[in-house]
Amino acid sequence: MSVASYSYQLQPAKVRAEFFRLLPISLFVVAFGAAFGLAATQKGLQPLQAILMSTTVFAGASQFAAVDMWGSDVSILPLMAVVFAINSRHLLMGASLYPMLKDLSPGKRYGLLLLLTDANWAISAQEYQSGRRNLEVILGGGLVLWLAWIVGTWLGVYFGGLLQDPKSLGLDMVLGCFLLAMALGGKKSPRVLVAWTVAALASLAAWKWLPPNTHVVVGALAGGAIGFFWLEHKPDAAESEVEGEGERP
Amino acid sequence: MTIETTAAGILALIAIMTAVTLLTRFGGVFIMSFVRINPRIESFINTMASSVLIAIIVPMAVSGDAGALAALVVTAVTMLALRKPLPAIAAGIAAAGVVRYLA
Repeated sequence: MSVASYSYQLQPAKVRAEFFRLLPISLFVVAFGAAFGLAATQKGLQPLQAILMSTTVFAGASQFAAVDMWGSDVSILPLMAVVFAINSRHLLMGASLYPMLKDLSPGKRYGLLLLLTDANWAISAQEYQSGRRNLEVILGGGLVLWLAWIVGTWLGVYFGGLLQDPKSLGLDMVLGCFLLAMALGGKKSPRVLVAWTVAALASLAAWKWLPPNTHVVVGALAGGAIGFFWLEHKPDAAESEVEGEGERP
Repeated sequence: MTIETTAAGILALIAIMTAVTLLTRFGGVFIMSFVRINPRIESFINTMASSVLIAIIVPMAVSGDAGALAALVVTAVTMLALRKPLPAIAAGIAAAGVVRYLA
């Protein structure tokens, strides 16, 4: 590993800007959080327990799945397996930011990862494809998303009746639409399109035949494999200081 | 092995969920810190990143109802036409609402 000199400077002004940039999408996250708060109280969690869970876990899909398993008692291993499977995409998301994160000190690096979630990651990863380094969105955007998730849960546990059926308003599709817009806004090359096709087929196969909640990781790794074996001839820009030997086509 | 959902039990369950989720947030980066980044790894990472999105969306479209499908199709078309995310997302959500209202 390279000697410690961490070149990435987080700019406070940009962190603030990213906070406000993700404010609109956070309003939808509030609605989601409210749906979660309602579901959690219906399963018997106390308001403060639901809010605590949203504060410390901060991973919506896995929280919904967890309270679905709630009863007079909860089996630990199945709970861990479900939470891990649903959230295992974080492993890949974090890894994909590593080329930027390695330029932060370990403290900041892992601090930022506390706020890693789909929406802010999608922006950062997409900008990285276009050659822009944006970790500020993980911090600023993550902060506003986290607060929205907590506030939403709080609203849901106390005023859950206000939003009985978020699905009828299409609110369950916010994240899907957001991620799709991010994907289509990114760089598209024949290589990327082949990778996407492979990822789509692999995720569908996993969704059909493998254990539940493994399809994201399976699809993403299958798409990644295309990148591993099919290197792009890029007219290398200055910023990607490639260390070491690395076979170039 | 089960935990009773008493007050203390629920705190323990939340702690377990937090720990497992933290492991997924930290784990990928931790493992990468032992990997030497060469062009091939970089290429893998970049292709994998956008494939994450596809692998989330495609099963969502296939397993979802007509509203979900409408949302994704309208988002895609609007995004490709306007190249602006916010109108595309708004149009997609509206499409889901409308289709479900009509259904």
